[in-house]
Amino acid sequence: MRRLTWFNATSLSLGFAFLYLPMLILIVYSFNESKLVTVWAGFSTKWYGTLIQNQAFLDAALVTLKVAVASSTIATVLGTMAALVLVRVGRFPGRTLFSGMIYAPLVMPEVITGLSLLLLFIGIGLDRGILTIILAHTTFSMAFVAVVVSSRLVTFDRSLEEAALDLGCSAFDAFRLVTLPIIAPAVISGWLLAFTLSLDDLVIASFTAGPSATTLPIKIWSSIRLGVSPEINALSTIMIGIVAAGVITASLITKRASLRQQADERAAAQQR
Amino acid sequence: MRRFALIALPYGWLLALFLVPFLIVLKISLSDTALAIPPYTPTLDLSEGWAGIKAFLSALDFENFTFLTTDDLYWKAYLSSLQIALVSTVLTLMVGYPIAYGMANAPDHWRPTLMMLVILPFWTSFLIRVYSWMGILSTEGYLNQFLLWLGVISTPLTILNTPTAVYIGIVYTYLPFMILPIYSALDRMDDSLLEAAEDLGCSRLSAFWLITVPLSKNGIIAGCFLVFIPTIGEFVIPSLLGGSQTLMIGKVLWEEFFNNRDWPVASAVAVVLLLILIVPIVLFQINQQKQREAEE
Repeated sequence: MRRLTWFNATSLSLGFAFLYLPMLILIVYSFNESKLVTVWAGFSTKWYGTLIQNQAFLDAALVTLKVAVASSTIATVLGTMAALVLVRVGRFPGRTLFSGMIYAPLVMPEVITGLSLLLLFIGIGLDRGILTIILAHTTFSMAFVAVVVSSRLVTFDRSLEEAALDLGCSAFDAFRLVTLPIIAPAVISGWLLAFTLSLDDLVIASFTAGPSATTLPIKIWSSIRLGVSPEINALSTIMIGIVAAGVITASLITKRASLRQQADERAAAQQR
Repeated sequence: MRRFALIALPYGWLLALFLVPFLIVLKISLSDTALAIPPYTPTLDLSEGWAGIKAFLSALDFENFTFLTTDDLYWKAYLSSLQIALVSTVLTLMVGYPIAYGMANAPDHWRPTLMMLVILPFWTSFLIRVYSWMGILSTEGYLNQFLLWLGVISTPLTILNTPTAVYIGIVYTYLPFMILPIYSALDRMDDSLLEAAEDLGCSRLSAFWLITVPLSKNGIIAGCFLVFIPTIGEFVIPSLLGGSQTLMIGKVLWEEFFNNRDWPVASAVAVVLLLILIVPIVLFQINQQKQREAEE
């Protein structure tokens, strides 16, 4: 007996207004003619034009993408391995330390992660640049991948894998042909999470980036410290648009996949 | 052999890029500040072997940590971080609970959409979400324009660069972390309990306090920790919205490192911050563990 009472309807609409109004205002004012961001002076797309011609922003966007793709891919491989170790491998020396190091980055303040990595890079004499940002991002996002993948592995039916082994699969083939396809959705969402975390990160990147590599958040940060700017509004609108399109597409795909799976299960049940 | 590689690769990575860096922070926090590059004098010299460690231990003076207690900037910043985190956690709970409650009681076919609407901001850039409030809260901002137009106020309010703006920013950005655990707790709740209570003469409101709130307790606790823990070390929100008035330890650490270039003190600030965080993190782990056992 779920029904929408006036109380629930009010709290939902106020809540979502609070969540979405600030972004909506940002989007609307990105089409503002005036340089004064808070005064509306008519519709214009000129800030998008100046944004596209701003080479510094384009360079930073490219660096950010490279870092995000590289770090999320390495983090997905390492994070999935870590999840397999956490869920599958029973006891080995140093297991407590291992699981501690997996979960710690999730709650570690970014300023501390950034500071400690910077001190390491300086200590071993590694020049700060795109490589150091990739190393830093991989380290903190592999923890997120490990958590997402291990929560899927816990509910995984091991008898499927055992059946494959009984039927003559090698351990690696059993993993590749049976386990991986089943945990694939979790691995993909782990990758997406790592990718987004990397795109988004300001603090750790600020510590680990050198003058040769500036990421988009660092660039945005240095221009908004001085106040609101119409160019940043335009940039934000583009970023919000990409994320919204991505999330909506992803949710449509998963909805379709789950519908298909339900249909398959029904068909299988009928055959039996 | 394969098992060894499976363990060794992530283990080695984490040792080299998580544990070792932290030990370096610990070591530098015990070093002396110096006008050099890098700007500290190490007191621990491992190349001298055992003698180096002995010399280090005899010269160990926790100078940077004592410095943190002598300058009241630091303990004030720690206290004010804790206070801001606490207040904003309570505020986030007050805003988030009704939303989670509304979601759990919404018609079934709405729920995937509502869920997506809560998660969507989480995927959107954190920096941009904080930035969006700068235009709203400034003196000539949209909120003041709106209130002036309504005639509620006659002079613009100063909200940006005050703690109020920081609270708004934290509630806004951390709201999904509060909503999701509470929603999943409320969603699992058995509605027939409420019907039973009403049949037995309970009013709606007391049924809510006596049944719904206790049954969503685990969600509330999880949500509160998920907001409280990261807020303590928050840097972006106090820097963009809080102005110079708001003192938070994440900001102090940043400034100590980048502006004052005092690495030993910045490292000592980091070590103390981590010590403060251990208590809520351990409590959170215990709570999660209890919840997992209760589910089994």
